[in-house]
Amino acid sequence: MSAAESRGNAEGRSSDESRAALLAAARAVPDPELPVLSLGDLGVIRDVRVTGDGTVEVDITPTYTGCPATAVIADDVRAALRRAGAGQIRVSTVLAPAWTTDWMSETGRRKLREYGIAPPGSAAHATEGPVKLAFSARCPHCGSADTREVSHFGSTPCKALWTCRSCAEPFDSFKAI
Amino acid sequence: MSAAPDREALAAYALALGDDALILAQRLGEWVSRAPQLEEDVALANIALDLLGQARTLLTYAGELEGAGRDEDDLAYLRDDRDFRNVQLVEIPNGDFAVTIARQLVFSAYQYELYTALESSRDTTLAGLAGKAVKEVAYHRDHATQWTLRLGDGTDLSRARMQAGLDRVWPYTEELVDPIDPGAEVQGIVVDPATLRPAWALYVTSVLMEAGVDVPEPSWRSRGGRDGLHAEHLGHLLAEMQHLHRSHPGVTW
Repeated sequence: MSAAESRGNAEGRSSDESRAALLAAARAVPDPELPVLSLGDLGVIRDVRVTGDGTVEVDITPTYTGCPATAVIADDVRAALRRAGAGQIRVSTVLAPAWTTDWMSETGRRKLREYGIAPPGSAAHATEGPVKLAFSARCPHCGSADTREVSHFGSTPCKALWTCRSCAEPFDSFKAI
Repeated sequence: MSAAPDREALAAYALALGDDALILAQRLGEWVSRAPQLEEDVALANIALDLLGQARTLLTYAGELEGAGRDEDDLAYLRDDRDFRNVQLVEIPNGDFAVTIARQLVFSAYQYELYTALESSRDTTLAGLAGKAVKEVAYHRDHATQWTLRLGDGTDLSRARMQAGLDRVWPYTEELVDPIDPGAEVQGIVVDPATLRPAWALYVTSVLMEAGVDVPEPSWRSRGGRDGLHAEHLGHLLAEMQHLHRSHPGVTW
């Protein structure tokens, strides 16, 4: 339960509805690097609040601390909220709790696969326990699990470079973090 | 929290960590278009970008704590070398690829332990950054580990180059884990680097053993980076990094 929700109760239903509409508008914004995903699919819109004076406050969490898309995302969210009727808008970057690919929606994972990017596996498996298990990414082109990682790092901070041994196609894989 | 934390000590701490990340990001950026493989160009640029992101958060925070109105850009672009608080390890030139990998191994293993410990800091900004950055640094450490194994356990030539790389960076490693005495006010907020030494040394030496290279035993060690004492290399690095901003104050594009 966020602070905004408890405040919303005091201000009545209409403010809840307007907050929900603004949240939906922010979540519908496409990611600038992966336009197939919405910010809602990615899980980076953490909260939207409407303050007493009508200012709309948005919390965004970056996927990676240095991700250059973060500034573009903030601009796009501001524009979308303005279209949805917001006046004053304040966008904050929040680092905690740290973003994890486990927040990516099932819809988002399906859209990524259809776009040709292997969706992330479970971050908990990759980072916890005495033995770090990195599961093989399944080729988004032919579905084969006979793939290998070429490099931990890819065209954006959130992806790694893989190649498929079955169909010989290279592909991007979303890193589980 | 009963007593207000000592803002000055906390600002100095954030600045030192931020400077390490900023200067290493700048150094790694020099590899872009010059790495031995396209994948390494991409990898080192990605690592630099993560470090730059950490530096931005830390320098912004240091500026806020200082309370003199300086933002991340002021701190990055408008200080001279004696005002930088990074360890000398991050400013030494890249050398060949093995030197860079040797530095990445010791530095990312240190940062991994640092951010793991900082995650439980009472300071929410530092803890938040650490929780985020430790995930990124796990990838940096693995990248350096894989290359150290590959070069050390490769041909005679690659092993000799890896050993030479380690010999080059080793005199600079002690500075990372030198103890600090930040004062009682910031107990539980900052991490004394000396407490990181056992886990850091264990990780690095086990990688070196597996790679079949020797742990160097240098006859000297660097000192003074945290007090603003730097080799001539930092001045050259800053000249390149700060030139545009100083020539065109406030420029944006």
